[in-house]
Amino acid sequence: MDLAFFEQMLGPAWPAIWTLVKIVAIVLPLLVCVAYLTLLERKIIGWMQVRLGPNRVTFFGIRALGGLAQPIADALKLLTKEIIVPSGANKFLFVLAPVMAIMPALAAWAVIPFAPEVVLANIDAGLLYVMAITSMGVYGVIIAGWASNSKYAFLGSLRSAAQIVSYEIAMGFALVGVLMAAQSLNLGDIVVRQVGQYGFLNWFFIPLFPLFLVYLIAGVAETNRAPFDVAEGESEIVAGFHVEYSGMTFAIFFLAEYANMILVSTLCSVMFLGGWLSPLAFGFISETPGLSLLAAPGFHWLAFKVFCVLFMFLWFRATFPRYRYDQIMRLGWKIFIPITLVWIFALAIWMMTPWWLW
Amino acid sequence: MIQRIREFFRTFLLYELVRGMMLTGRNLFARKITVQYPEEKTPQSRRFRGLHALRRYPNGEERCIACKLCEAVCPALAITIESEQRDDGTRRTTRYDIDLTKCIFCGLCEESCPVDSIVETRILEYHGERRGDLIYTKPMLLAIGDKYEEEIARDRAADANYR
Repeated sequence: MDLAFFEQMLGPAWPAIWTLVKIVAIVLPLLVCVAYLTLLERKIIGWMQVRLGPNRVTFFGIRALGGLAQPIADALKLLTKEIIVPSGANKFLFVLAPVMAIMPALAAWAVIPFAPEVVLANIDAGLLYVMAITSMGVYGVIIAGWASNSKYAFLGSLRSAAQIVSYEIAMGFALVGVLMAAQSLNLGDIVVRQVGQYGFLNWFFIPLFPLFLVYLIAGVAETNRAPFDVAEGESEIVAGFHVEYSGMTFAIFFLAEYANMILVSTLCSVMFLGGWLSPLAFGFISETPGLSLLAAPGFHWLAFKVFCVLFMFLWFRATFPRYRYDQIMRLGWKIFIPITLVWIFALAIWMMTPWWLW
Repeated sequence: MIQRIREFFRTFLLYELVRGMMLTGRNLFARKITVQYPEEKTPQSRRFRGLHALRRYPNGEERCIACKLCEAVCPALAITIESEQRDDGTRRTTRYDIDLTKCIFCGLCEESCPVDSIVETRILEYHGERRGDLIYTKPMLLAIGDKYEEEIARDRAADANYR
C-alpha cells in the first residue's frame, strides 16, 4: 500500500488529487500557525507591556496550558457570530472581498521552498509569481471598502490601498536587488545561491543590507501592521476597510492579515536569510563529525528564521507609535525608493568588480 | 558638520528605533505586575466605598430615623425613602431603596447620616442577573448590615480619629 497503488487505482485523476493533498498539507498547518500567531502576538505584546497576556482559556482545565486554547475560543466565537450585511451593500462583492483578501495570501505559498526540493510548484518565475499574486491582495481591500456602502470603510480602503501600492514599489525594487544577486527568479535557486563555506556570512542580507532593511520595513507597511497601521488604527478610528464586517467575514480578513505576515517573513527568510540553510554551515563545522548536524540544512532552520522575523514584527508593534499618514507616504516614496534605486546601481557596479564575494 | 554626519548615520542605521526596541526587549523579561484577579487581590482601604448597608444598634433596633438627609444629599438621586410613625412613637422608614445602577459611590449618604445608619461596605463583588436586581430594598440592605456588622464596626472604629 504505497503511493503507486493509489496512482494505479485513480489513474488520470491521481495528479490532481495528489496536488490537492499537498495543498492541504501546506494550508492546514499554515492556518494553525496563523491562529497561534494571534496568541503569540497577544502574549508577547503583553509581556513587553509588563502584563501576562491571555492565560485563562486552557485545554481540560490544565492550568499550565493557560491561554493555549484562546485561538480556538476566538475562532468559535467568530464562527458563531452573525454576519451583518449593511443595507445598500452589494452582497456579492461584500462576501467576495474577504475571499479576494485571503486568496493571494494562501496562493503565494505555492512557490515557497520549505526545504531542498520541497515545494508545491517549482517554477522558474517564482519571485515574479509572488510579486504578482501578492499585489492581488489590494483588490480585496478596495472591494471591501466599496461594497460596504459606508464612507468610513471606503475612506479606510483608499488609505489602505494607497499605502499597499506605494510600499509595493520599494518592496519590488528590494527584490530586484535579490534577483540580481541570485541571478534567478526561482526561489529555490535563490536559496541555493546562498550556500557557501561561511555559514550565515554567505546569505544575501550582508551585501544587500539596505535592501534587507527596506524589505523588512516595507513588509510591515505592506501588511498594514503597526507602526504603519493608520488604515486600521485600533486606538483611534476602530478599523479601516473592514468596519462593516462581522463574524466569519471579519475573521477571514484577520486570517489574511496574519497569513500575509507569515508570508512576508518567509519570503524575507528565503531571500535574505538563506531559507532552509543552517546559519552555522561553516566549512570547519560541517567537516567536524560531531557537529555536522548543526550545519545540516533543513526545514527547522526556515521555521526558526520565520519565527525570528515574525517576532520582530510583534516587537515593532509593541515598541513604535503609529506613523502619521503623510509621514508614511514620505517614507515610502522619498526615502525607500531612492535608497533601493541607489543600492541597485551600487550593486550592479559591485557585481562587476572582483570584490563581489557572494 | 561632524554633528550632521553623525545624525545622518544614526538615522539611517535606525539608532533611535533600536534604542526603543531595547527598552521593550528588556520589559519582555521583566517581572509581570498583573494581579490575577479572582485568585489574587490588591489591598483594600478600610474607607473603600462599595455596596451599601443599613446598620442596627447592638440591641437590634435599626439606626435609621428617616431624616432623609441621605436622600437629599444624593447627587445621583439613587435613594428613595418613605416614612411613617411607628406604634411606639418613633419615626421609621417604611421604604428605603437604593438604585445601585444610579449610585456613583460618592459616599455622601454615609457622611450625611447623623446616626451612622447607612454605610458603604467593602463589598465590591455583587451582581444582578435580571433588570431590577440592583435596586436594593430596605430588608436587603439591613441583611447586608447584619451580616457584615463586625467588619463595618471594626473599619469605622479604626477610622474614627480621622472623621
